[in-house]
Amino acid sequence: MAVPLPDSHGPMLLASLVFVPFIASLIAASMPQDARNREFWLAAGVAVYGLIVAISLYPEMSEGTVLREGFDWLPAQGLYFLLRMDGLAWVFTLLVLVIGLLVVLYARYYMSPNDPVPRFFSFLLAFMGSMLGVVLSGNLVQLVVFWELTSLTSFLLIGYWHHRADARRGARMAFTVTATGGLCLLAGVLVLGHIVGSYDLDIVLAAGELIRSDDLYLTALLLIALGALTKSAQFPFHFWLPHAMAAPTPVSSYLHSATMVKAGVFLLVRLWPALAGTPEWTWIIGGAGVCTLLIGAFIAIFQHDLKGLLAYSTISHLGLITVLIGIGTPLAMVAAIFHILNHATFKASLFMAAGIIDHETGTRDLRLLGGLRHKLPVTATLAIVASAAMAGVPLLNGFLSKEMFFAETLHVGGDRNWWMSVAAVAMGMFSVAYSLRFISIFFGKPAGELPRDPHEPPRWMRFPVELLAFTCLVVGIAPAISIGPVLDLAVAASLREHTPDYNLATWHGWNLPLVMSIIALFGGITLYAVLRWRFNLRERTRAPLLSHFNGAQAYETAMQSLTRAAEWLVRRLGTSKLQKQLLMLMLMLLIVPLLLAGLPPDWTILPLEGFDPLFAGIWLIGGACAVSAAWMAKYHRLTALVLVGGTGIITAATFLWLSAPDLALTQLMVETVTTVLLLLGLRWLPPRIESAEMQAAASRRDWTRRALHMMLAVAGGLVMTVLTYAVLVHPASDTIADFFLLNALSGGGGSNVVNVLLVDFRAFDTMGEITVLAIVALIVYALLRRFRPAPDSAEVPQQQLHAFDPASRQTPSEQADSGYLFVPGVYLRTLLPFMGVIAAYFFMRGHNLPGGGFVAGLIFAVAILVQYMLAGATWVEAHITLRPHRWLGFGLLLAGVTGLGSWAFGHPFLTSHTAHLHLPVLGELHVPSAFVFDLGVFAVVVGTTMLMLVALAHQSLRAHKKASEQAADAAMPAASEGAL
Amino acid sequence: MEIVIALAVGVMFGSGIWLILRPRTFQLITGLLLMSYAVNIFIFAMGRLSVDRPPITLSPDIDPAQFADPLPQALVLTAIVIGFATTALYLVIMIGARGLTGSDHVDGKEPRE
Repeated sequence: MAVPLPDSHGPMLLASLVFVPFIASLIAASMPQDARNREFWLAAGVAVYGLIVAISLYPEMSEGTVLREGFDWLPAQGLYFLLRMDGLAWVFTLLVLVIGLLVVLYARYYMSPNDPVPRFFSFLLAFMGSMLGVVLSGNLVQLVVFWELTSLTSFLLIGYWHHRADARRGARMAFTVTATGGLCLLAGVLVLGHIVGSYDLDIVLAAGELIRSDDLYLTALLLIALGALTKSAQFPFHFWLPHAMAAPTPVSSYLHSATMVKAGVFLLVRLWPALAGTPEWTWIIGGAGVCTLLIGAFIAIFQHDLKGLLAYSTISHLGLITVLIGIGTPLAMVAAIFHILNHATFKASLFMAAGIIDHETGTRDLRLLGGLRHKLPVTATLAIVASAAMAGVPLLNGFLSKEMFFAETLHVGGDRNWWMSVAAVAMGMFSVAYSLRFISIFFGKPAGELPRDPHEPPRWMRFPVELLAFTCLVVGIAPAISIGPVLDLAVAASLREHTPDYNLATWHGWNLPLVMSIIALFGGITLYAVLRWRFNLRERTRAPLLSHFNGAQAYETAMQSLTRAAEWLVRRLGTSKLQKQLLMLMLMLLIVPLLLAGLPPDWTILPLEGFDPLFAGIWLIGGACAVSAAWMAKYHRLTALVLVGGTGIITAATFLWLSAPDLALTQLMVETVTTVLLLLGLRWLPPRIESAEMQAAASRRDWTRRALHMMLAVAGGLVMTVLTYAVLVHPASDTIADFFLLNALSGGGGSNVVNVLLVDFRAFDTMGEITVLAIVALIVYALLRRFRPAPDSAEVPQQQLHAFDPASRQTPSEQADSGYLFVPGVYLRTLLPFMGVIAAYFFMRGHNLPGGGFVAGLIFAVAILVQYMLAGATWVEAHITLRPHRWLGFGLLLAGVTGLGSWAFGHPFLTSHTAHLHLPVLGELHVPSAFVFDLGVFAVVVGTTMLMLVALAHQSLRAHKKASEQAADAAMPAASEGAL
Repeated sequence: MEIVIALAVGVMFGSGIWLILRPRTFQLITGLLLMSYAVNIFIFAMGRLSVDRPPITLSPDIDPAQFADPLPQALVLTAIVIGFATTALYLVIMIGARGLTGSDHVDGKEPRE
């Protein structure tokens, strides 16, 4: 029962909905710091574009069509990138885009000119894309990916003002909770996919019976519930939401009331056909919802922060939606979807109003604010309308869905069980009380001096609030014609064949839910009055009873013990001593393969390549060099370096001997450059002189340790010897080598298979490698910029001060121009163009004969290097302009563009193409595009080598300058003392 | 031939182990250099040894068995160049640490004895 992947030849409308915000996010990030207006137009343009697309799809939606768009993601794993829009997704898309547009407009005025707006709008747009991705995903795994992206963007937005500790803490907390929930969700989705055999949403939704009867049903449900409940801030994970209020208010309004926190309940509604209808569903989802709804509403009354109050109220309303989903009857689902929309409308406007008040008065403290209706009459009216909707006052949208909620609680309890209804009425009372608390700031007198004298905000900053409050009214008065069609779409898409008859009307006649509403309304007013005047609400710093169940505290404690446990482990098991770490590593290197390896099944011996005494002879030298380097490295660094170089040369010779000319060339050039590099570094190491006393002073422990290391070294060497020999005498199994050998010339257009491998077959690897090279070069450069030599090696070395050394009298360039280096100077300068030609030659022939970008780059670098060695940095830089950074950038760009070029012809990244040119003098020339790629490699290698060596060479100049300055400084006081 | 290569890898690797267990930074770098030679030859040898059969195919109709395995060669070529870059990085860290701590001990401070 596989739903086929739709053809993706049509216009990718859904994909554009998801990806346009991400692209805009990148553009937004690259705008200048103060481009508030441009950022606004960009973000608003994205939202408007999305709205146009969404609205143009309305005809399809109203026919009940399910739109599907997709392309391959991991087809081998049965994963497709699938976007799917039905009525429910459409309604949520609209919600995300409309509120997004209003928030963007609001944020244009809210953000201060000092805030770095590109970051803000960039994150906001990325969030918009992620949220649309969640809503439109037709594949569950893909949904989780977007889900985690919303957590990530939420984290970034909460931490937007990262200089504030509360923002950092809130961001961390929100991310830890929601991202952990996201991981649970992923696990749950995988279980679901395991049960159904597909991650395709359509298939999963159609397999409800199968899922509910499976043994793994409870596991899947629990994991998915954990994801949804953490995201929607449900008890006991609700604590992160109030801390997320450290975000700028547009973010709170958008993410933390209207959209992101709705992702959890959206998911539950989405999966309702697949998962709901069991007692487990009702208990887990409904139970969490009831606790959340009561706790949130109760704590909200005792908040002193405007946004804190709204945050707890959001928690409570999300709880209400969760309870409805937990009840799970079709009518309850209608109420849940309806309340999601209503809550988004009034809560977003309330947050924006709170932001305006904060913006205008400079405080959000309910104890300070009062009497604002005189200064902010319009904002006050709007906020009062929205809070009335929140409280569930008739003729406003909040009232309608709350009525439906009351009706459902009555229904679920039947005639005898009233506890659900009691909880609902209590929640209703609490919400009336906190709504009154919220609007109390507009009446009475301010309790204290306000930080700022408030004025009405700019016209367009208030507009979103006006529009939303107006919507509350329209929906509240004429629901059937305003929200009715939209709601019908969502309900029909999510409930399918279970779609109930329902009647959206303001007046249902005198019935029990209405009585409950009236009780809640008057009970709430009484409760507020009692708390206000009897219990001194303004003075209470924490909510009674519930303040002990502090989720945030539990979270912090858990985090701290985790850190402590990690520290303990590191203390017990770790060591900061490098030698011990390496010792462990080497021991493991010996022991683990010995444990794993068995003897190979048969000992077929290959016909050996014979024994060549000359080859044995050169390795006698190579081995001797290696061992003596090990012996000398402590006291005779230069000797050791020369000896290691000897081993390197022998290695290069071996490559040449054993049919690998490319390797031999590369090894030889790298050897040269490495040696020069290390020589430049030697100067900064402390002097170490071998002495008999030192040897004598070595304790017994030292000798034991050395003996152990020696044993380890010998054992390691033996293991490697045996291993190498064992491999070499066995025939190779079938490899992919044959493919490369057979196709290099026909497919890659070159006869040097190694080079074709590097620049064509495995060019992507090479691309990565040159990127690494460039990064390393930049790291070396950056580290050297901060380099401070040790005091005892800052001065000019002893040798250079000795009268015997001409360096004490002449600069390097004088030596090369007229001094004792005159002859080599002339000789090497003449050599430079020749070496350039050689580099070009090796580069050109690389595709067919040994050579190529790597080798040529190194040869060219060495050509420049010898000039430096001979005449010194000052002279070379006065005569040749080298810009290593540009070589790097140019090379990477060239390689990348060549790769991208194949896209233009509809081939995958880095597909090589061979062009045949007819040139007048040179005749027919065949130029594969890999050639251009290789040119990029060449440039990067030159740039890397130059950048590192030049940066290192300049340290001596810098240090000399500094040393002479210090000497001058030291001389100054002495001179002035002498004058005295 | 095979025994010589095997011994060469062993000797270089053993010297490398000895050196990277030493306390001074320069010894460590030398050890890493020797080890990288050993490992490069080891990987290269995975394609087995062949004399006078470089993987240069001058005509399209060839017998692949008559050529050395080009794959380990390409891998080792990249390894050599990356090895150069990492050596440069170690070197800069080595002299940077020496400048910062005043000591060339691998732990950044002289051992207490």
